[in-house]
Amino acid sequence: MNPSPLPEVHLPELNQVGKPLRRVDALGKAVGATVYAADFSMPNMLHAKVLRSTMPSAQIIKLDVEKASALAGVACVMTGEDTHGAKLNTDLPGQTGRAARAGSDAPVLATDVVRYVGEPIALVAAETVAIAEEAIRRIEIEYEELPAVFDPEEALKPDAPILFEPDNVVAEYKIRKGDLDAGMAAADVVVENTFKMPFIEHAYLEPDAGVAWVDEQGVINIRVCTQVVEHFRSIARALDVPQNKIRIRGTMVGGGFGSKEDVTVEIFLAFLARETGRPVKLEYTREEAFAATSKRHPFTITHRTGVKKDGRITASQIKMIADSGAYPYLTPYVLLYATGMAAGPYKIDNLHVDSVAAATNQTFTSAFRGFGGPQAALGYEQQMDEIAKTLGLDPLAVRRANYLQTGDTTTTGQEVKSAAWSEACATRALHALGEQTAPSGSRRIGRGMASYFQSYGRIMWFHDTSRAWVGMEQDGSVVLRCGVPDIGAGQSNSICQIAAEILGVPLDRVTIYATDSAVTPLAGTSTATRQLYMSGNAVTLAATAIRKRLVARAAQELGVPESELVVVDSRIAVRKDPGKAIEHSQLVKLCASEGIALSELSQFNAPCAEGLDPETGQGDIWPDFTFGAQAVEVAVDVETGEVELLKSAACHDVGRAINPAAVHGQIAGGSHQGLGYALMEDFEFKDGYIKTPSFAEYLIPTVLDFPSTEVIILESGTGVGPFGAKGIGEPALTPAAPAVANAVADALGIRIHELPLTPKRILEAIEAIEERDAHKDTKDTKH
Amino acid sequence: MARSTIITLHVNGRAHELAVQPNTVLLHALRELGYTDVKNGCEIGECGACAVLLEGIPVNSCMMLAVQADGKPITTNAGLGTMDRPHTIQEAFADAGAVQCGFCTPGMVISTLALLDENPNPTEVEIREALSGNLCRCTGYGQIVEAVRLAAERLQHLPSRAASSQGDEGREGNPRDRLLVSGDVSHGGDEV
Repeated sequence: MNPSPLPEVHLPELNQVGKPLRRVDALGKAVGATVYAADFSMPNMLHAKVLRSTMPSAQIIKLDVEKASALAGVACVMTGEDTHGAKLNTDLPGQTGRAARAGSDAPVLATDVVRYVGEPIALVAAETVAIAEEAIRRIEIEYEELPAVFDPEEALKPDAPILFEPDNVVAEYKIRKGDLDAGMAAADVVVENTFKMPFIEHAYLEPDAGVAWVDEQGVINIRVCTQVVEHFRSIARALDVPQNKIRIRGTMVGGGFGSKEDVTVEIFLAFLARETGRPVKLEYTREEAFAATSKRHPFTITHRTGVKKDGRITASQIKMIADSGAYPYLTPYVLLYATGMAAGPYKIDNLHVDSVAAATNQTFTSAFRGFGGPQAALGYEQQMDEIAKTLGLDPLAVRRANYLQTGDTTTTGQEVKSAAWSEACATRALHALGEQTAPSGSRRIGRGMASYFQSYGRIMWFHDTSRAWVGMEQDGSVVLRCGVPDIGAGQSNSICQIAAEILGVPLDRVTIYATDSAVTPLAGTSTATRQLYMSGNAVTLAATAIRKRLVARAAQELGVPESELVVVDSRIAVRKDPGKAIEHSQLVKLCASEGIALSELSQFNAPCAEGLDPETGQGDIWPDFTFGAQAVEVAVDVETGEVELLKSAACHDVGRAINPAAVHGQIAGGSHQGLGYALMEDFEFKDGYIKTPSFAEYLIPTVLDFPSTEVIILESGTGVGPFGAKGIGEPALTPAAPAVANAVADALGIRIHELPLTPKRILEAIEAIEERDAHKDTKDTKH
Repeated sequence: MARSTIITLHVNGRAHELAVQPNTVLLHALRELGYTDVKNGCEIGECGACAVLLEGIPVNSCMMLAVQADGKPITTNAGLGTMDRPHTIQEAFADAGAVQCGFCTPGMVISTLALLDENPNPTEVEIREALSGNLCRCTGYGQIVEAVRLAAERLQHLPSRAASSQGDEGREGNPRDRLLVSGDVSHGGDEV
């Protein structure tokens, strides 16, 4: 497999951007100086605990907190009565029927009914953790079991128990593009498959935690690990206080992956701090973080695809059913993403997609890296290999015949405007695998690849914005203030590196203050692979404004035109006569004495669109897309059912790598999560009860499970982010799992339609084949 | 409640006398004392975020009682270096892009220290085995393995413990680096 040729791209060589510099946050974390959410304490601080439902579906018939309240050292006990039935509102988009779903949002504390194991019911704040735990045990609660439903397909049947009237439909969408019937009629072959994916736990290393207190202005301050400091607004609504009376002071987040996009501890802390007037700390245990926060949506995806013998797709019909768990949270959006990316990076003119998410009595599902995109890819990429197998073609050839190119339209009819380097990425990932390993004994070797496309930036009808403030101090050092939450992906560092580039200073001359809803300009959520794009552009605007003023003043001082100046090494010099220069520190003084402002607050506004056509699902959803591919080689032991990942290579067009080391980390780490998704991870429920409550049962990849993924970074320079960057945080995960599924199918000669590909499933599939073949042999003998 | 016991924890060279319950877990005792670089990730010994050196041996502090550590030297990640004078291992983690969210990093550094103390020039397999008790959800481990290799290389090029405080490439040496090179890490907690 030789890499396909690439168009020539000439990206300018820069001083800071494009360099694998040590991230600004790295050393503090490495020496243990970074203070995470649970590491912070205050004088006179109380400790909180949460009473949670032990039933998947039940009426609360008794809730008596008297004995808990009476315990010495308990400051307060709160139930849903004390929170006045406050809810965490999700705004439901598009075709989902907002009116029908009104009132289905999760209550802060359940009052009459519980709908999943782990649902919060009461809060305790006490002098010590031990007392808080004892108080929780003394709360008397009695349930009356209610009917429950644990499968989304069951939940959609007419006689299913209903979590919220009028039915269990949490969201639904449809895409109608072209003429499906005509497309199917034009096909030589129609291929149909159904693929299933499990619940997945984010398994960030840092359990959710926070500390809240009321300050001298009556502002409730909440120091918390969150991806969204803007939750101060929903917290204010829940507490019925003005929005300027809630302040979120975000911390460095010890991993989020979408889970810390929802409100977690902060809402409880706000209520308890207000109620007690004292600082309150709440740290989830690992088990609580597993039981009480969101999961990745299980999906069942059916593809029915009409194809010509040469692999060209003439029509595609896709059905998706997602499990929302007990409450909507971000399900309507996740389903929209999965729907909008349902057909993958392929040009399909005749397309129907029907998707639905249903409520069940299990932990709610919400954002998880990729936001429905990885599930969609597990559908379309496994289907591409099945099409290739049916037609007897090479899987890459089928993809090549259908890849979206720049100027083509996506599932929702949105035109792709940036580079769409699917083939370049796929061929490079395959090439990197090198020689195929030879099979030995019971070990069969298989190879698989997957292409994908994934949006970055938020849905365009959200009218997304980000703000950043950049200022230069008197000594020429730079201060950046930006509300960006740093969840470990280098969000802070990237924008520091951009400011350093534009202002011509070394990275260590930039200090950032981030993630505070009151004192750093709001930058929006660290979700949707949007921070580099949005806040990177905001910082670019602010830093460029300052640079222009510095250059203008320097030109005047040096007596040369602005175009002859370069801004580098904390000075502005004449390009052809570098000795002729003025230091930033001198320039700042000149500007200060003349009233020239050397600070700037800028806002970047994402392009807007007005939503999808309600009948056809056609329209623009996202600002742009990232394209890439992953290829893997596996050994499957047909006697033990074990899969060993032998090689893995991922190639993505990131537009421009602001920090290649950080980009490498995103791709390698995203790949590992995707490999775990394919082979190991399964957040299991049995009748609504969690079977994998801790790291002892829910296994994530260790350093021994998989080799490192070889990372290949392409830079088309065509993204809508700063310097032509695209987003890579979420896309990095997407192709890994379907690549593995395709490799295992290649090794076995059969496909297992459900993840994860555990030894048990593989052995069952092999047995089924052997039985079938034996049966066939008997029949053949009879003839 | 059971009767509390007075114990002495020697952490990063400081002695703390404290009253603990017989069932007080070492992780909680250390965090209560302010050693919050020791991270609480699971409390069942699965994730390694709470790893510390106890008499030079890496242990998950969530799996030990505080009384079991009475009188013994404990080294946490923060005891190895500071922002101004990072330990060579810590600096290698930062330089190799091995730090993303950073929550697993203190435990990873401790496991690395224990490895390199025994085996200054480990193979990739040996590195992976030494880190197998530390979970990371961000990196995919490749850059962490690279950081360990980088640290090993830099430590081998450090001047001997008697030499000047200048490391290679003009880096400021960290006294604990030389403790490691000399294989003397078990007493690291009682110096500085």
